[in-house]
Amino acid sequence: MTQPNTVSKPLPEADETSQPFYDGAMQGRLMLMKCDACATVRLPSRQHCDNCLSTDYTYEQASGRGTVRTFGVMHQRYHPGFELPYNVAIVELEEGPRITTNIVGIEPDKVAVDMPVVVEWERHEDVALPKFRPA
Amino acid sequence: MPNPLRGAAAITGLGMTPMGRIYGKSTMELAADAVRTAIADAGLQKDQVDGLLINAGITGSTGGGLTLGLQNYLGMRNLKLLNHMNAAGSTAAQMVQYATMAIAAGMATHVVCVFADNPLKEGSSSGAAYGSAARSPSRPKGMAGLYAAAGYFGANTPYALAARRHMAVYGTTQDQLGAIAVAQRAWATKNPLAQMRDPMTLDDYHSSRWIIEPLHLLDCCLVSNGAVAVIVSPASVAKDMAQPPVYIHGMGQGHPGDPARAGGDWETETGGQIAAKTVYAMAGVGPSDVTVAELYDCYTYTVLVTLEDYGFCKKGEGGPFVEDGKLGPGGSLPTNTGGGELSGYYMWGMTPLSEAIIQGRGQGGDRQAPDNDVILCTGNGGSLSYHAALILSPHAN
Repeated sequence: MTQPNTVSKPLPEADETSQPFYDGAMQGRLMLMKCDACATVRLPSRQHCDNCLSTDYTYEQASGRGTVRTFGVMHQRYHPGFELPYNVAIVELEEGPRITTNIVGIEPDKVAVDMPVVVEWERHEDVALPKFRPA
Repeated sequence: MPNPLRGAAAITGLGMTPMGRIYGKSTMELAADAVRTAIADAGLQKDQVDGLLINAGITGSTGGGLTLGLQNYLGMRNLKLLNHMNAAGSTAAQMVQYATMAIAAGMATHVVCVFADNPLKEGSSSGAAYGSAARSPSRPKGMAGLYAAAGYFGANTPYALAARRHMAVYGTTQDQLGAIAVAQRAWATKNPLAQMRDPMTLDDYHSSRWIIEPLHLLDCCLVSNGAVAVIVSPASVAKDMAQPPVYIHGMGQGHPGDPARAGGDWETETGGQIAAKTVYAMAGVGPSDVTVAELYDCYTYTVLVTLEDYGFCKKGEGGPFVEDGKLGPGGSLPTNTGGGELSGYYMWGMTPLSEAIIQGRGQGGDRQAPDNDVILCTGNGGSLSYHAALILSPHAN
């Protein structure tokens, strides 16, 4: 029933803050920011720490392990690049941050809350995306 | 020592345009219709209005929404209070709060709070009005781009994810979410303003298509074009005005923030928990005193989690609480008595607020709740990110 997919998904590109994240992704490394002042780990979406507002940070490689915080199974067509249905999930990384992603290598209806998962890179020509599969 | 603002002001005017698939009017024209109706409803003259608070709705972001220019469009020449406000679905309750504070401070006397929106275009779907995908660039920038890349679109996604977490942690069932939709539809059948007035069963709920599991189509609110305006006046003046005053006894807000934040249970514990403490303390009441609940219901799940956060039942017990139909006509906690946003009309926070006013006045007709002494009215926006509440009463004290 599904039509051949000719439109691709919207693929992100790095901005200044997230450049090391996307560079790491191309090398299969999940890079997070760690605040030098309070040690809070965050996704690299801003230059300052959202816990203490410090602008000092260091990039550290995450383990790539986490658990499914929650997920949904999308049946509504919002964008022609996605074949329905698909799961959309929030994974809580072992280091604390939560990342929006998809769980791969599993039927949508087999995904479960709190399921342990591990990162798997979805590679495109100039960007790699962190997806997660059951650990 | 009671809060000096408790009962200091009242809602004295209500104006509503036709709502739903109403085409051909700009948001400015819709707002003007609602404001004109509210001023007449209150028995005021336009020049007596000295405050104007404006909330644009989704067209404030997508284009064509209300602006501060509404003042000049309405020819309001003597305003002492003016602002354009947006905290999403919590804005309507917030506008009433700021109006109340301004009135108590002596800054203004009759403050109009207005919402207008027209996201529906003739020939396109409701989903298109709120679907963010069509607006997302082909190469979204930075970490935010991970959302679009994962197919996380619209408001439906975060609410489905929140509901899923509640179901997994507390065992909430699809039938329980459905009970909310069914109860609200039963109310809507009694509301001539409601868009969805055909009776609906739990089977109808289950057979409606999935939007994003665990949300069916009938878990999701409508999208409407239209406008609602309310007028807030000092209590001392309100008692002699044209309509039965609906007094503002309590006000509260709570804003837990970004759902992507680390830690915390954004899915199952909302800003309602914070707002509840403030609004109950100011009004001097608790959940067992509330006789009517008008709760922001962008989704069935929003009602369930709000009931928990306001202490009508324990955290996690919202499912069993709603299952017996107590929210519907004849039930022990009449909730969303106009059908709400699910079956009535979607005017952001003006949906629960307008119905709270109608109930507070005793003008609900076939759907009038038997006891309107203490009315809880909530607003919610973002991804359970923004929350505001009022406690309203027909009684001055």
